[in-house]
Amino acid sequence: MERYIFFIGCQIPSRVPQYETAARAVLKKFGVELADIRQFNCCGYPMRNVDKKAFLLSSVKNLALSETQGLDMLVLCNCCFGALKNAEHIMAEKGPLQDEVLGTVREMGLDYQGKTRIRHYLSVLYHDTGIAAIKKQLHKTYEELNIAVQYGCHALRPSTVTQFDDPAAPSLFDELVAATGAKSVDWTNKLECCGAPLMGTNDALSADLFSRKLEAAIKAEADFFCTSCPYCQIQFDTVQQMLVEDNAGQKPLPSILFPQLLGLSMGIDPQTLGLGANKLDISKIESYLSKDKE
Amino acid sequence: MVFTVSLYASLIIFFLGLIYRGGTWFQREAGFYGQEMSASARFFSAFQSMLAVIFSPKIVRLLQAFVLDVLLQRKILKESVLRWAMHMLIFWGFILLLFMHALGQIVTDSLFSNYESTLNPYFFLRDLFGSMVLAGVVIAVIRRFFLKIPRLMTSSMDKYAIGILAVIILSGFLLSGLKITSETEFSNMVDEYAGWLSDEELRALESYWVSDQGLVSSDVTRPFEADVLQQGKQAHESYCAYCHAPAQSAFASYSTGKILSPAAGAMDRAGFVGILWYIHFLSCFIGLAYLPFSKMLHIFSTPVTIMANAVMDEKKSKPENVATRQIIELDACTHCCTCSLYCSAMMGYEARQNTYILPSEKIAPLKALAAGRDLDEAETRAILEGIYLCTNCDRCTVVCPSGINLRQLWLNAREKLLQQGPAEPLVLSQLSFVRGLNRKKTPADIYPLPLEKADNAVSAKYRPLLDPDRSIDLTPPAAGRQLASGFENTFSYCFGCQNCSTVCPVVGNYEDPQEQLGLLPHQIMCSLGLGLTETAMGAKMIWDCLTCYQCQEHCPQNVNVTDILYELKYMAVAGVDEARQNHDQAGGLR
Repeated sequence: MERYIFFIGCQIPSRVPQYETAARAVLKKFGVELADIRQFNCCGYPMRNVDKKAFLLSSVKNLALSETQGLDMLVLCNCCFGALKNAEHIMAEKGPLQDEVLGTVREMGLDYQGKTRIRHYLSVLYHDTGIAAIKKQLHKTYEELNIAVQYGCHALRPSTVTQFDDPAAPSLFDELVAATGAKSVDWTNKLECCGAPLMGTNDALSADLFSRKLEAAIKAEADFFCTSCPYCQIQFDTVQQMLVEDNAGQKPLPSILFPQLLGLSMGIDPQTLGLGANKLDISKIESYLSKDKE
Repeated sequence: MVFTVSLYASLIIFFLGLIYRGGTWFQREAGFYGQEMSASARFFSAFQSMLAVIFSPKIVRLLQAFVLDVLLQRKILKESVLRWAMHMLIFWGFILLLFMHALGQIVTDSLFSNYESTLNPYFFLRDLFGSMVLAGVVIAVIRRFFLKIPRLMTSSMDKYAIGILAVIILSGFLLSGLKITSETEFSNMVDEYAGWLSDEELRALESYWVSDQGLVSSDVTRPFEADVLQQGKQAHESYCAYCHAPAQSAFASYSTGKILSPAAGAMDRAGFVGILWYIHFLSCFIGLAYLPFSKMLHIFSTPVTIMANAVMDEKKSKPENVATRQIIELDACTHCCTCSLYCSAMMGYEARQNTYILPSEKIAPLKALAAGRDLDEAETRAILEGIYLCTNCDRCTVVCPSGINLRQLWLNAREKLLQQGPAEPLVLSQLSFVRGLNRKKTPADIYPLPLEKADNAVSAKYRPLLDPDRSIDLTPPAAGRQLASGFENTFSYCFGCQNCSTVCPVVGNYEDPQEQLGLLPHQIMCSLGLGLTETAMGAKMIWDCLTCYQCQEHCPQNVNVTDILYELKYMAVAGVDEARQNHDQAGGLR
């Protein structure tokens, strides 16, 4: 049985708790066991813009805590994943800041040696569980469902650091979605940013970037966005709802989290998957499900 | 006389203090939202809503919270058994002492017909309850001063609270212990209850008390004859036992007496019984009078907070009631530091050593601000940084044993400080995400002000360098500062293909990107190549960067474009810190 340390970060428990419950439910079916560490703190991503040391310390302390358990880390959030991977990359170099960070972590009775493998939720499903095993678990498949997958920047790039997938033509997420019977549509802005990093610092720009994505996804006849990151999901769900409120008549394109999409076709009940917790109604997703497999 | 005067004085101060503190609950506001409500409107709104809850099904939730979270303190139990034991011992020990012992004449006497403090079970129970409090205080001292609990800070208020409890209980045990040994007390009792005994009988009684009841006497000396003791015991049973249980029942006092016994005679003659009596009741009265102004007020404010939050709905509650609740919440914090133990931003605290980053340490300054106290410049900056360096993960709210809705409190206080306080560079980070999500709560005309202030602080002095009509001086030392870390110096590989600017979604968003962003990514790389670091630091581009890494990914020359933009941001922020330090040192602070 596979066992990971589960890292959910800050946004998921406070604003997208359904991502956690859905992800747990799906992983359980695949026999993946998750260990929790209460002493985890922020990955450092939100401080990275203005305070490199706070960012590094945050990531490295989490990695050092994981090392005490001798397990790899399974990360749900793209931005946490990116921050942890970048911190690992920075710590591989020598320098005074690195020494300072190590010193502080050691003062806390921990040590960092870079032993923990940082894994993204989608990578674990794709590489470890595998498409074939996923297909075996499906109770129903989707029919005529068009999905616009949102890879998210911080998982894909910088690819030399994150090593998630081919940065120019990634396919991992598309294949995972296709495994459920849904069609992953091609859309022009697929690999672009959702706009969340500028939410709160330049709201107009953030909204523009999202609107372009929305247009492109609608043009590609997508029925839903599908995300694997709480920031992307909040941008596509919560923020889109705010924008819809501001512009009467605009039709929303709801967003579903990948474990919600997968979980439904695996026969996990909508309540466990937290379908109702999304701000924009995604209940019609169930109407795309085929009859029970024989 | 002293007793009566100080009792009434402390009671008066206590009740006036409660009225005053209760009054502030309706007058003050913790932050930005709900500033324009009158105290009377808030009072009547609270009154109305409380009535509405009492006559609705919500009463079940209210009672449930009272039993599980107030009386049984479920949240502390979840956190740590030791802490739960500590708080339960102090809480129940003290409550029971208060009703059975301090208010014995009023409460116990009216409930039980045979009440006499020296009779069992009361004689025993007083020591039991006192020992409970003492055990709790010992755990508190060990936790606060000996165990190395991360980020558990101990303020002078915490020390006072532990200290006053310790003085009350220890003086009580010493007093009753000394009374057991006291010859003076013994002869007073004899005069009152057995004054007619013969000298021989008295000596027998005294011998029996020395031998069996812990008395220390200068009149009789060991060893005692068996028949003398037998006679003394008979006298004891006839005249004493009906209203004096064996001294051993008061186990803690009895042991204290035994420990004191070598010095007991001298202490008795020096009048220590009286001195300890004064210390005991005066410490009780000081504790009572000061209670409304100390953290012990939490015995009122915390249950109110816990029960209010059990029935209040974040979205539906009236703003008047939220404003009132938030002031009560500031009083409900016991500074237990559970929030800081699990704070997601804890490493921000480690990096910056600003204690206000820790949630538990923010309450005191927020209280001061709510009371309208002026804080100096450096203090205000520190609090603003502390309250902004928060990832809004809500863990503090989830774990708070006092049930404080810290999440909402931060949002509210943060906006006020952002609007009224100095520029805060942290506003330009992704920590602003949640402020963006809540932007509709702030009037649209003032929402951007904190961002403009911060942008001005980090960039204003570099902006003139971006003037396209300015001639550029390329001779050294125009180079300015070098980029901080060696491996970000990849800008020198740039051969100007402009791929980075072409793929940048921010650049692509504008028809006039250069006007909007100052410099485009490739121009920034070029500027750095020319040594124009400060020019690059003035570009709005660095702050509008999504950190999506498209530029870096698409660079054919392996220039770490995004990482370089990060370094420029660090340098711009460091410039603000430096300027502030110089300003403070130059006497900008009084």
